[in-house]
Amino acid sequence: MTVPKQVGPALELRNLTKTYPLRQPGGLIARYLDHPVVQNVNLVLPPNAILGLVGESGSGKTTTGMMAMRLVEPSSGQILIDGADITGLSHAGLKPYRRKMQVVFQDSYSALDPMMTLAQIVAEPLHIHRIGSTAEQTDQALALLTRVGLDRSYGQRYPHELSGGQRQRVAIARALILKPSVLVADEPTSALDVSVKAQIINLLLDLQQDMGLSILFISHDLSVVRSLTDQVAVMFNGRIVEQAATETIFSDARHPYTQGLLSAIPVLNPRERRPRTFLTREEIAAAVPRLQGHGPASATPQLAEVAPGHLVEAILQ
Amino acid sequence: MEDSSPMPLVDIRNLHVSFPQHEGLVQAVRGMTLQVEAGESVGIVGESGSGKSVTCMAVLRLLRQPPSRISADLMTLDGVDMLAASRGELAAMRGRVASMVFQDPMTAFDPVFTIGHQIVETIRAHRDLSVSSAKAEAVALLERVKIKQPAAVLNSYPHQLSGGMLQRAMIAMALSCQPKILFADEPTTALDVTIQAQILALIKELQAELGMGLVMVTHDLGVVAETVDRVVVMYGGRVMEEGPVQDIFDAPGHPYTKALLSSIPGRTAGKRRLVEIPGASPNPANPPTGCPFHPRCSLADAQCATTSPDFAAFAPDRSAACWRLQ
Repeated sequence: MTVPKQVGPALELRNLTKTYPLRQPGGLIARYLDHPVVQNVNLVLPPNAILGLVGESGSGKTTTGMMAMRLVEPSSGQILIDGADITGLSHAGLKPYRRKMQVVFQDSYSALDPMMTLAQIVAEPLHIHRIGSTAEQTDQALALLTRVGLDRSYGQRYPHELSGGQRQRVAIARALILKPSVLVADEPTSALDVSVKAQIINLLLDLQQDMGLSILFISHDLSVVRSLTDQVAVMFNGRIVEQAATETIFSDARHPYTQGLLSAIPVLNPRERRPRTFLTREEIAAAVPRLQGHGPASATPQLAEVAPGHLVEAILQ
Repeated sequence: MEDSSPMPLVDIRNLHVSFPQHEGLVQAVRGMTLQVEAGESVGIVGESGSGKSVTCMAVLRLLRQPPSRISADLMTLDGVDMLAASRGELAAMRGRVASMVFQDPMTAFDPVFTIGHQIVETIRAHRDLSVSSAKAEAVALLERVKIKQPAAVLNSYPHQLSGGMLQRAMIAMALSCQPKILFADEPTTALDVTIQAQILALIKELQAELGMGLVMVTHDLGVVAETVDRVVVMYGGRVMEEGPVQDIFDAPGHPYTKALLSSIPGRTAGKRRLVEIPGASPNPANPPTGCPFHPRCSLADAQCATTSPDFAAFAPDRSAACWRLQ
């Protein structure tokens, strides 16, 4: 499998924002105000890398991932795949780019059509994009199923016959059959057991290396993120509050929200039990770092580069 | 597992639970033994289908019979034989002696009644209190689980509260009759990591304060490391290993426990492949002969495939079901 040489990022999000109208309480006549779910998100996914997007439920991480795939329309901002702006493309105009970007969802059960066999499910993207004859499509699907650890006999089976881990393998095979350059994986391991989780993480690592994939890995599980990703972006309240190389996040987190997330991870050593303090949203806002000499002073927090490649949202003074 | 202490709060010997299903008899629990002393905290760890939740449901007799089939040499809660207990006796046990917190607080509460209504109903079912004093009690309980505006929460419907808040209310309800033991079935699995840490801290604190027994059922070894004194590792409906929490993490004995611990992501720095356990969990409708873990075990031999090892002590305070340790 040859990997085309890429210079620019595989996926780039520029100032991506999503707002939903929210009905204001009171009054006879309904009033709506735009409520931001994702605000000015800038992300660069380098080729052949895995970027973790972490945050709690409601932080906007899934919405960001869905916007990157144009599965949710952004309110403003730009999405670039392999350097091409796909933000304004029509449904038909987008089709060639759909081959380059694929997605794996958290719940593999609802992501697979229960009426189709696994071979049909995995071959369907080839069918939609009219690649090869039906026999070739099936052949490719079976080969890929084997690659993800399900031998050819699984081709004739149906999703309900599989375990959660096996279904997630099928979902990954379907996402990869078009040899995409970008894969958005939205909590693909959250619903899985510990021993199976390790299998799927290893599979993603192997496939990323073999196929030269770039993966946007959305997760709330920081332990998985540590083993799998090269870089991490932390989302809070719809904004990216910190971004750095994965180990930097684990060893030198600067934002109070990131620090809180890290201290909440259960420690796998009963000797190291410790009382924890929990910051409220207000306390997090009050504890945002204040930095000097990183740019013009601002009242609202801005992303500042505190070390090469390490961005932290801070109030600039 | 000697009978040195007077009488354990929970005493289960050789519990079997099965469900007749389309594909045959699903054997969810196949010979489970568990003792919990008063005030002790025990973690039951296992993957889905290992039988950990079913064990708790069986002790509280929350499984409808039929279709489920429950048998055991002994199954007592606070000295009461739960296998022989009548409906009335069971109702008196639940809530007062043992109560349970479930994984998904959204489905554990009735969506059409307020939180207050449901807590008051629980209190009045077990204790002879007027509506107004039960309400006052409910407010006190919500304060105890650190809900900031208890009066507002009492008047809320489940859909109006966040998952963390609901789980706190669920814990308040479970504690409303001062049970001697709390069964917490994956109480934090549906929650964010920060909320999980808060709920675990709360459960630990309440357990110490009330001197209550705790059975924490979870698939997450991190939760166990944080909360309990003793660990029971289940696999394929059986106990694989049991011991003090520190010993289990320092020196796991059973190959399954070892594999489980080494497959946890994020223990060390850097992007790397993890140690994986090959294969999949056993099919409870058609469990393997011998040791349930033998098809995935790197140390298995012919004996493991044919004869299941006894659950036996291999060191002080430590027991396991493995031929390699006998």
